[in-house]
Amino acid sequence: MNTNKYINPYVGGILLGLFIIAAYYFSGEGLGSSGGFRDVAVTAIDAVSPEYAQSNAYTTNRVAEGVNPIHTWLVYELLGVILGAIISAAIFGRLKFNIGKAPHITSKKRLYLAVIGGILWGIGTQLGRGCTSGLVLSGMAVNSLSGYIGLATIFGSGFIFAFIFKKLWIKSKNN
Amino acid sequence: MGPLYPDIINPELNLLIGFLIGIGFGFILEASGFTNTRKLAGIFYGYDATVIKVFFTAALTAMIGLYTLHYLGWIDITKTMPTTFWIPTLIGGVVMGLGFVIGGFCPGTSLSAAATGKVDAMAFIVGVMIGIFGFILTFGSIWEGLRKSGNLGKVDITEWIGIKEGLFIFLFTLIAVITFVIFQKWQDHWKKKLSQDDINDLGL
Repeated sequence: MNTNKYINPYVGGILLGLFIIAAYYFSGEGLGSSGGFRDVAVTAIDAVSPEYAQSNAYTTNRVAEGVNPIHTWLVYELLGVILGAIISAAIFGRLKFNIGKAPHITSKKRLYLAVIGGILWGIGTQLGRGCTSGLVLSGMAVNSLSGYIGLATIFGSGFIFAFIFKKLWIKSKNN
Repeated sequence: MGPLYPDIINPELNLLIGFLIGIGFGFILEASGFTNTRKLAGIFYGYDATVIKVFFTAALTAMIGLYTLHYLGWIDITKTMPTTFWIPTLIGGVVMGLGFVIGGFCPGTSLSAAATGKVDAMAFIVGVMIGIFGFILTFGSIWEGLRKSGNLGKVDITEWIGIKEGLFIFLFTLIAVITFVIFQKWQDHWKKKLSQDDINDLGL
């Protein structure tokens, strides 16, 4: 196996911080992800049944007269994320289909667990008003209490759940 | 004075800026290793310190930069402060923490990973969309009251604790540096036990 080459984490962090500053300075937006996924979901619901999208309390404001649910800052930002990731992976020679997982976990199990983990994120982000990027990182950048609640709960509970589900990531002989 | 949207730049340019900033965001996520699910999970077990280093360095850089711009009068940071709903964010955060350990991604990292061919990230995104559709379809019957509960308004953590912003940023810097040292030692400890394949995969 070839060694994966990644950039220095402090350099990556500083650059990421500068992009957060730019997002706030130009657009008044934090760098987010889950909000863009939501906008895609709202758009799909609106396409299938505009009447339902109008009547649902969660989607009604996002499909109001004169508002287009897909032309949001976050959706365009996520399109950029896709392109940016592809450019980086192409440069570093990582652009190929494979399944990321701990070696002792079967591919089938990994994919099932990824779907379940995704479902939890889908619910958690909509309830908690954002994810690691929009709620936590961008919230911390402007000293918002919400960002720190997100940081403490996502990572705090993550350490507890990681202990419980240790077998998913660590082979037992390494304990 | 920032934010430049909507007073100075128009909606179309704003979306283009979002796209360009997104390219930078996606590039950094991939180049730093955030599309590698084992590196992400590594934060919880200590074998990989990358995520915590990138994450806290980014938060610090943005925090210091934005407050410098705020004091210089270049941006009004109070305009961008999100509202804190502590109850749903606390509960949602725990659900996300579980999702992180089970699924091995968060939404932004999964999109970068799926874009570069990680099939597990594609499965994760399918799950995220199922979760969001499920949330929307059951919003009125399950979530509406809970999501609106615990509204504290726009809370600045420095006012909430009762210390000056400068002191807060200094303390956070201190905590970040200590965290980096601890996680680096934890990673060094693990590295002796990892196989060469693991070390190559994680790029340590």
